[in-house]
Amino acid sequence: MTRYIIRRIGYSLVSLLLLSLTIFLFVRVTGDPTTLLVEPGASQADINAIRERFGLDQPIWLQYWTFIGSLVQGDFGQSFYYRMPVLELYVSRLPSSLLLAPAAMAFSLLIGIPSGVLAAVRVGRFWDRAGKIFALLGLSLPSFWVGLVLILFFSVYLEWLPSSGSGTVWHLLMPAFALGWYFAAAHMRLTRSSMLEVLGSEYIKLARLKGLPESLVIAKHAFKNALIPVLTLAGINLVIMINVAVVVETVFAWPGIGRLLYEGITFRDFPVVQAVVLLGGGMIVIVNLLIDVLYAVIDPRIRLES
Amino acid sequence: MAMRSEAVPLTSRADFFRGLEGFPLLPVLILAGVAFVAIFANVLAPYDPEVGSLAARFHPPAWQAGGSSEHLLGTDHLGRDVLSRLIFGARVSMVVGFTAVMVAGAVGTGLGILSGYLGGWVDQVIMRITDTWLALPALTFAIFLTAIVGPSEMNIVVILGAVYWTRYARVIRGEVLSLKEREFVRLAIVAGCSKWSIMRRHILPNVINSAIVLGTLMLGVVIVTEAALSFLGVGVPPPKPAWGLMLADGKKGLMVGYWWLTVLPGLCIMLMVLSANLLGDWLRVKLDPQLRQL
Repeated sequence: MTRYIIRRIGYSLVSLLLLSLTIFLFVRVTGDPTTLLVEPGASQADINAIRERFGLDQPIWLQYWTFIGSLVQGDFGQSFYYRMPVLELYVSRLPSSLLLAPAAMAFSLLIGIPSGVLAAVRVGRFWDRAGKIFALLGLSLPSFWVGLVLILFFSVYLEWLPSSGSGTVWHLLMPAFALGWYFAAAHMRLTRSSMLEVLGSEYIKLARLKGLPESLVIAKHAFKNALIPVLTLAGINLVIMINVAVVVETVFAWPGIGRLLYEGITFRDFPVVQAVVLLGGGMIVIVNLLIDVLYAVIDPRIRLES
Repeated sequence: MAMRSEAVPLTSRADFFRGLEGFPLLPVLILAGVAFVAIFANVLAPYDPEVGSLAARFHPPAWQAGGSSEHLLGTDHLGRDVLSRLIFGARVSMVVGFTAVMVAGAVGTGLGILSGYLGGWVDQVIMRITDTWLALPALTFAIFLTAIVGPSEMNIVVILGAVYWTRYARVIRGEVLSLKEREFVRLAIVAGCSKWSIMRRHILPNVINSAIVLGTLMLGVVIVTEAALSFLGVGVPPPKPAWGLMLADGKKGLMVGYWWLTVLPGLCIMLMVLSANLLGDWLRVKLDPQLRQL
C-alpha cells in the first residue's frame, strides 16, 4: 500500500512538473516572453529588470529552474493591474469561488441524482427517454447563455433576482444554477448507469427474493451503493467548477477566480492568467491524487492490483 | 466470431433501412441546413453583417411592435441586421468547429496510434503529456493560449486543436492496445510489414470509426468553447459575426429587455450543438459498440 501511494505521488509530481513545463514552454517558444511579462508601455529600464529577474538571457533550462524555484516559493509574479502579488490576489478571490462551487454542486446533484435514479428504475420507458433528452440539453446549452436567459427572465422581466454582484443568497441563486446545470447532465448519466449496474447485481436479486418492497430495495439497497461513483465524480467536479466558472462569473460579475481570469485577459495582465491556469491545473492533479489514495485505502483490490 | 471491422454486406433494401433504425433525421437536417446557410451566406444574407446604420439601432424583430419587415430579426446596438449576422455566424461556427475537430482528431489519432502501437518510452511520454493536459480545464487552457498568441480565427482553430487532441489520444490508444493483439496484425508482422505500414494500413483503418464518433461528439464541445472564447473577447475578433460575439454584444441590450440579441444567437448555438450530439450519439451506437458505455 505504501508503495502504491508513493508511486501515485511520484506520478502526480511528474504531472505537476510537466504542467509547469508546458506553461513555461508555451510562453517562451511562441515569441518574445518580455512582451507578455512586462507591463504594456514599460520603460527600457523596467524591461531590463524583468530580463534580469527571469534570467531571459540565460539558457532555457536555467530559466526553467528559476521559474520552478519561484513557483515553489509561492511567487507567481506581480499583477500589472492590481499592483500586488498574484498569489495574494488569487487567495483573496478564492472564498467567492468556494461559495459558488458548492452551491452549484448542490443544484447539479439535486437535479442529477433523482433524475438519474428515475431513469434507471424506468429504463427504456418514458422517464428514461426524457432523462436522456435532458442530459443532451444539459451538454448542449452553453452555461453563459443559460445565465443570460436567466437574467432576462428573473431580473429584467420578473425583477425577482439581482442580475449581478454578490453579497446575499439571492445573488448566488442564478450563477449557481447556470454553473450547476451543465454538470447535472453528467451526474444524471453516471447515476443512471451506476444504478443500472447495482440493480443487476446478485444482492439486489436476493433482496427482491426476500420479498422486500421495491421502494425499499431501490432506496436502501441499490441507491446507497450506486451513489459511491457519483460522489467521487462530484468531488472532482467541485474542483473543476472552481476553475471553469469563468464565463458564468463574467456574466453575473461574481468576484471569484473565473472573474479574476477574465480581468486578467481584458487588462492584458499576463501573470494573473498564467497563475490561474497553473493553480487550476495543480489543484486538479492534487485532487485526483487524493481520490486515488482514498480509494486505495478503502478498496484493497486497487492497491493489490499494482 | 466476426471481426468488428468487417463490413456486413447489405442484402436487401429492408436491411438497409434496419441499419438506419433510429436515424436522427431532424438533427442531420439541421446540421445540413446550417452547412447550407454557411456556404451560401453571401447570397442568403439580406445585409452586410459587419456594417450597420446607427439610425436603425435596436430594432425589434418584425413581429413585435416597432419591428419592420426590413429587419426580420431586428438589429443590434450598431444597427446591424441580426439575421445577416446569424447567417454569417453559421459560417464562422462551421469553419472553426470542423477544422478544429479535424486538427484535434488528426493529432490525437496519430499520437494515440503511435503511443498504443509502439509502447515503451514513446507511450510513456505521450501518455504523461496527455494526462497532464487533460488535467488543465479546457476553457482555462484555451484562454491562456489565446492570451499568448492573440485572438484570430486561425489561432482559435490551432488552439482548440491543441486543447482537445488529448481526448482522442486516450481513446484511440486504448483501441490500438487491443487491436495490436489481433491475428491480422500478428500476421502482418510475420509477413514482414514495417511498423509504419502496419500502423498506416492495418491499425488506422480500424480506429477511424472511433475517431469519427469522437469527432462528432467533439464538434459540440468545440463550438461551445469557441462561443465562450468569443463571448469573453478572446475568440473570433470583432466585427466578424460569431455567435459568441453576438451574445457578448447582446449584453448591452439585456437589461432593457432587448431579448432577441441574447436569445437568438444562443438558440442557434444550442440547435447546432444538440444536433451534433444527437448524431454523435447515434453514430456511437451504430459504428462502435465499444464506445456504447461512454
